[in-house]
Amino acid sequence: MTAQADDQNSDAIPGSRGGNGPWATALRRLRRSRSAVWSAVVLLGVVALCVLAPLYADLAGSDPFRSNLGGKIEIAGERVLVMQPSTTGLGLGVTPIGPTWTTTYLLGADNQGRDVAARLLYGGRNSLVIAGAATVICLLLAALVGIVAGFAGGFVDMVLSRILDVLWAFPVYLLAISLSIVLLNSSFQLGPFTITSGSLLLPIGIIGVIYVPYVARPVRSKVLALRRSEFVLASIGLGLPTTRILTRDILPNVMPTLIVFVPILLALSIVTESALSFLSIGVQPPDASWGTIIQDGQTLLYSRPIVALAPGLAIVITVLALNVLGDCVRDALDPRFKVR
Amino acid sequence: MTRRSKSLAGAGLIVLAGALSASGQTREELMAAHRGGTLNLVARAAGGTIDPQINYTLQYWQLYQFVYDGLVAFQKGNGIDGTVLVPNLAEALPEAQDDGKTYVFKLRSGLKFADGSDLGVEDVVASFQRVFKVSGPTSGTFYNGIVGADACIATPATCTLEGGVVADAAAGTVTFHLVQSDPEFFYKIAVPHASILPSETPAADVGVAPVPGTGPYMFESYNPNEKLVLVRNPNFKEWSVAAQPDGFPDQIVYSFGLTDEGEVTAVQNGQADWMFDPPPADRLAEIGSTYADQVHVNALTAFWYAPMNTNLAPFNDLRVRQALNFAIDRDALVGIFGGQVLAQPVCTILPPGFPGHEDSCIYTKDPGAVWSAPDMEKAKALVAESGTAGQTITVISEDSVVSRDVGTYLASVLTELGYQASVKAISSNIQFTYIQNTNNNVQISVSQWYQDYPAASNFLNVLLSCASFHPGADSSVNIAGFCDKAIDARMQAAMVQAVTDPDGANAEWAKIDQAIMELAPVAPLFTPKHVDFLSKRVGNFVFSNQFQWIMSQAWVQ
Repeated sequence: MTAQADDQNSDAIPGSRGGNGPWATALRRLRRSRSAVWSAVVLLGVVALCVLAPLYADLAGSDPFRSNLGGKIEIAGERVLVMQPSTTGLGLGVTPIGPTWTTTYLLGADNQGRDVAARLLYGGRNSLVIAGAATVICLLLAALVGIVAGFAGGFVDMVLSRILDVLWAFPVYLLAISLSIVLLNSSFQLGPFTITSGSLLLPIGIIGVIYVPYVARPVRSKVLALRRSEFVLASIGLGLPTTRILTRDILPNVMPTLIVFVPILLALSIVTESALSFLSIGVQPPDASWGTIIQDGQTLLYSRPIVALAPGLAIVITVLALNVLGDCVRDALDPRFKVR
Repeated sequence: MTRRSKSLAGAGLIVLAGALSASGQTREELMAAHRGGTLNLVARAAGGTIDPQINYTLQYWQLYQFVYDGLVAFQKGNGIDGTVLVPNLAEALPEAQDDGKTYVFKLRSGLKFADGSDLGVEDVVASFQRVFKVSGPTSGTFYNGIVGADACIATPATCTLEGGVVADAAAGTVTFHLVQSDPEFFYKIAVPHASILPSETPAADVGVAPVPGTGPYMFESYNPNEKLVLVRNPNFKEWSVAAQPDGFPDQIVYSFGLTDEGEVTAVQNGQADWMFDPPPADRLAEIGSTYADQVHVNALTAFWYAPMNTNLAPFNDLRVRQALNFAIDRDALVGIFGGQVLAQPVCTILPPGFPGHEDSCIYTKDPGAVWSAPDMEKAKALVAESGTAGQTITVISEDSVVSRDVGTYLASVLTELGYQASVKAISSNIQFTYIQNTNNNVQISVSQWYQDYPAASNFLNVLLSCASFHPGADSSVNIAGFCDKAIDARMQAAMVQAVTDPDGANAEWAKIDQAIMELAPVAPLFTPKHVDFLSKRVGNFVFSNQFQWIMSQAWVQ
């Protein structure tokens, strides 16, 4: 490699094999970005904790999905009630035990006497699974609609664009809430499959669909530009099959746009899922998600604020990390990017 | 009734007539000292139509007590005294004639509505016709025993109750003819649905337009999104302190739209004098300690229960219903409601202290008079015997905090018994209707029942008779779909027996209660107590077992 070439690849990681393709360049840029690395570490930490939820539940000896209203736990050698009746004044009210900062009921109990920490980890699993699956569905649908509309043009473009317009016209939460209320009240038949009213597939499908216009539109714009580019026109002129043009010429050039959307959509999906679950129209009990735990904690804001704060903090940390990572990914995939 | 959508819990009032206060002052002296001021009430939401013959909520039945009157009334007294019947617009409680099928009421003279018009016998007849013309919620259950009611139910618009309610203007009497004797007839005409209204009142729901009444207060304005204002009725003259005493505050303002938390804070700060909604669970300890002297806790004749659909799997199997009854930790549910000060575990349908109630619990670790602990082993054995483990069960609860928590707990217990259980919380506005309609295939739900009047039949016959089960209808209050012909016959016999032998009838009701519980169409959970949280300035708190707090008797100065 010449000295000039070294200068041109000044953001290459020393010692790395580092190719010169756009993907390799983007990856190198990401690895050099402290923000990207830290946000990725935080995200991996959150995912790891959620994956390890059963370990904590075993250690704590608690079932996060079963009521434990009459249960007792051992704290500092003493057996204490999980749900503690008031002993002052008129003796009104029963308050769940607060954070013990031990391996049992680390963050205290909720209003069913369940271990909040265990539910937080199990709930995080559901929140992340829903967000991840919804993101995949959204990207697939958006890529399909955007590429077909942009490449086919004409009548097909008009019809697909108007459908996107209609979806876009609805405030996103209003649309999500409407779909949830309709679909959650009864089972949903999708071809040979029956999706029951409590299934996680419902929030996944709903969230996956409502954000399609937000991704499909930029994809369509990109494809419209690509459709008029010389290399695509050359491929068409050579009589290459449409599928080959789409898969070899269009899709690779649309991928950066789609990838930039991944962390953004993940963040949006987590927030949307939490909002729907908070409103009782997302994840259904006894399943948990960060949204349902906030809902549980809503009635304990005065006496046990940590029940609502803990999942709220989990959402903030995860979404913040995703947004930072999203910015870094966007910068890394931007050809005009300059290393600062 | 349920708290928001059915009838009121029992209430009781002190006998106010000629009563002396604790300080030895007479009622007249107290009136002179404390009459005046504005009583400020708050609630999360309004209670719907203001029409006294249509509205069926505790929230407004409390107000109707001092706005409208019937021929008879529940005495305005404390506790159990509030369930005693006294003559109101009628001069006296008439003796039954014609084997209990005829009653002749003589109206008091000189009665006026709030608009200044005279109240006459024609208003009484018109009011009872209107009960049917507006298809009042109890027209088919409370008043269907009046001669001519069948025709009125069939064609409400042309209802005349001919031969059923007969006025004699010259004598000032109104005669009621019943199809058969009814020991609960006086109770039924003492509730607000039997309020006497001006004969020209439109035969349709008046919505937010006030109808003149005869009580010491009248509705001045009503905006369900903002507030309701009651002021003194200028044409009111006290005719019976026991039935309809004059009130202390000059004005009562009921504001809507606060959250439960906001209501507590408003009362704490003295911005409101009372909150309608139960204080939220996480504020109970605070108000029970810091504001203990502003809190009143009173027992209600009501129960929370889980109706199990006896016609749907798996609850069409007696063993499954019994298993759930054995498995429920009723102490845990008491905790959900706020602890032992605010609720008591129950195993019977008739609540403690109610006519016909006898302490008994067959679904406990050691069967006896009271519930002691769940018997999970027995419950699991029954489920295993039934072979239904693994089936899917959905518990339908309201979206209110307590109901949702009870539903979540029941789902947890059912999961422990081997079922795939989940809970679905739906809006309190529709849940009660939803769980009644068999088309919704509800397997098990969370519900409550508060007495309309103090008679055992108001629980057992209303909730679990064949006549209360209407498949496919929204108003099928027999949610369990329970229909046992033999038990039905015993209930009918007990109602007849009550005419001549009320004590014997109550003993029979106790046996019927136990017979029903052996078949376990419902799982009684607990009987609740009511928390009234008042501002510091409110005095003379009177709690009737029939209509709860009698606001008109409170003073604010």
